[in-house]
Amino acid sequence: MFKKRDVAIISASATKCGEHWDKGLKDLAWEAGVKAVEEAGISGKDIEYLVVGNMSGGMFVGQEHIGALVADFLGLNPIPSLRVEAACASGGMAFSQGYLAVASGLYDIVAVGGVEKMTDVEPEQATSVLSGAMDFEWEAYFGATFPGLYALIATRYLHEYKVKREALAEVAVKNHYHGSLNPLAHFRNKITVEDALTAPPVAEPLRKYDCSPISDGAAVAILAPLETARKYTDTPIIVRASVPASDTLSLLKRRDMCTMDATVNAANKAFSLAHIERKDVDVVEVHDCFTIAELLAIEDLGFCEKGEASKLYYEGQTYVGGTLPVNTDGGLKAAGHPVGATGVKQIVELVKQLRGEAEKGRQVSGAEIGLAHNVGGSGATAVVTILSRS
Amino acid sequence: MSLSAAPAHWRRMRERYRLLGSKCETCGNTFFPPTKVCPKCRRRGKITPIEFSGRGKVFSYTIIHAAPKMFEDYTPSTVAIVQLNEGPKVLSQLVDCEPDEIKIDMDVEVCFRKLFEQDRGGIISYGFKFRPLDTSWTKYYDEPRQAVDSQI
Repeated sequence: MFKKRDVAIISASATKCGEHWDKGLKDLAWEAGVKAVEEAGISGKDIEYLVVGNMSGGMFVGQEHIGALVADFLGLNPIPSLRVEAACASGGMAFSQGYLAVASGLYDIVAVGGVEKMTDVEPEQATSVLSGAMDFEWEAYFGATFPGLYALIATRYLHEYKVKREALAEVAVKNHYHGSLNPLAHFRNKITVEDALTAPPVAEPLRKYDCSPISDGAAVAILAPLETARKYTDTPIIVRASVPASDTLSLLKRRDMCTMDATVNAANKAFSLAHIERKDVDVVEVHDCFTIAELLAIEDLGFCEKGEASKLYYEGQTYVGGTLPVNTDGGLKAAGHPVGATGVKQIVELVKQLRGEAEKGRQVSGAEIGLAHNVGGSGATAVVTILSRS
Repeated sequence: MSLSAAPAHWRRMRERYRLLGSKCETCGNTFFPPTKVCPKCRRRGKITPIEFSGRGKVFSYTIIHAAPKMFEDYTPSTVAIVQLNEGPKVLSQLVDCEPDEIKIDMDVEVCFRKLFEQDRGGIISYGFKFRPLDTSWTKYYDEPRQAVDSQI
């Protein structure tokens, strides 16, 4: 019989996010995969199972059957390979499935990847592909876009909690600052509150700097049982919990439009499984596909009361050096949002932080516990993963 | 987003043309789009059709400046979430008013409009949009029409 066991990450690696004109989907997966395998000091032959997060290879590059494709291109045949799709949470969901495979005792070495190639179609078409993550018949069909849905949340949130528009700008400014220190980030420019408030509108009240970009990128993490993880690395990072949860696909049917119940439910279960308190978390990666989403995430994960997140931003507590450093890689906003890769890219950043290997200026000193939060659609899927150094 | 076969559009005509939803006779909750099962009562629920009054309040709104090609004739457009007086929330464009006139909680009513034209000369889709409530004639308006024939 198989026995449940603890799981560790033995290596994690990501490509730079951006517009990679010279690289296709396979090239990106290869780049992240080879780096992760080399870092773990294993060979491709040691990998027993592959899980790949990918939102829409079919619509972005005309390619489905991504699991077999990546396994083939990385020379992993004949191991089983699985492609996971949960919109923008595909990466986080893939990670939770890889975790399950090792935790169950069925596989020892499992590679979890995430990859998305988004710039082979026009930006307008990419926007259209992304709208497939919402309720097509009753939201997209009537003229909603993705930024539009988050803008509807933002309008309501600013109204209900009497929060100023400037709070959203503070999120973007902080993420661009962190991104400026991260060599893998899509954008490395710093911006000001004034820049964010006067940028061209996308879906009011959201403007250009409230929206994450369309990026190409890939990320890979390699998992092993904790009991044997030290064979591969001196600093295995322990997976304390990786929990997905679902909510209504349509924003219109939510219990409360300003709360993502999927996040609340996934977080409560993850903290309880991990036996960790909110106050013990040193570094957080949240799904800031839009600035409003970061404020909701901080509240729904339980780091502050509902409607209070903006205070942490005005006080600068979410910068590296603050009480709750959030998105130390620049988040989706500045580091990039290759949708299917994002959830795994967050894991790569946490591993870097917990090993103390982040670049100068953005390392959270003495980081022991990290949390990653990945969202699909307007909140229909959320995956919360908690990692620790010991 | 492109559904080139007509059935995908015809299939939802009743709901999109007449705001036809459903109601659970057991708990009284109303749903749009119509559900097949009441999420609260489940097996004990009894689902019947209901045609909504089409009146409600703006719950939230946005002005969309970047939209897919099929909506380019309407961009920038105001898209709102309207909470119908009977309860459910629906999403569509808000028309016949300027963006700066729109406020949360303002009263609106449904109107029948063209939603989009799929490619030039392609399928034209129609459905509900909302406009500010015109109170000049509402005293003549019957209160919510209930149970309509499900075979419309």
